[in-house]
Amino acid sequence: MIDVLYFAWVRERIGIPKEQVSTNATTVDELVEELKSREERYALAFSDVSALRVAVDQELTEFSASIENAREVAFFPPMTGG
Amino acid sequence: MAVRVQDEPFDFGVEAEAFARGRTDAGAVVTFTGIVRDTDGTLDRMVIEHYPGMTERALQAINDEATERWALKDSLVIHRHGELRPGDMIMMVATASAHRVNAFEAAEFLMDYLKSRAPFWKQEFTADGSAWVASKTEDEDALTRWEKQK
Repeated sequence: MIDVLYFAWVRERIGIPKEQVSTNATTVDELVEELKSREERYALAFSDVSALRVAVDQELTEFSASIENAREVAFFPPMTGG
Repeated sequence: MAVRVQDEPFDFGVEAEAFARGRTDAGAVVTFTGIVRDTDGTLDRMVIEHYPGMTERALQAINDEATERWALKDSLVIHRHGELRPGDMIMMVATASAHRVNAFEAAEFLMDYLKSRAPFWKQEFTADGSAWVASKTEDEDALTRWEKQK
């Protein structure tokens, strides 16, 4: 089981801030494909991953990154702090 | 080398004074403050969402890098989340170093990085509804400047 978190408009589109996902995916890309195949709201949220950022265990990374042994994966739009 | 993420307001004067006062190790202190602006006069409020845990880690990492690259004597980053009104202070950075060039550069570096590498998202509320603030390409471009200098 892995914790999947959503922030900002990704959270709004998917409708929840966090969920536990049982997955065999080994990379972020594979996890995204699994989620997209679930329901329309996921397909919509992940329709253009170039507009998204991902963090694995709270470290910003690439969609090609491994999620093996990861506890937490988070998806969100580009950050707008400051 | 402190990082604070909080929903309550901070007192810029008190923070700046406490940071600069009584220092003998640094000849230069630079501070920057970001304020909620309402250029068109239509903004009711801004809500800042963040990623608890990662936010502190990301800010600490950015702060550590600035400290090392510019040999800072001290630094401070405060960033608010939650609901803010026009004119409210969103965040501040303070840097202390032996000479002013390092203090200015490190403050700019901290600002550039925390704009697009710390997990904060701004949502603006007007009478017409709400909208997530889009990231700007120039904010991303600002980072390349620091990479080239490495």
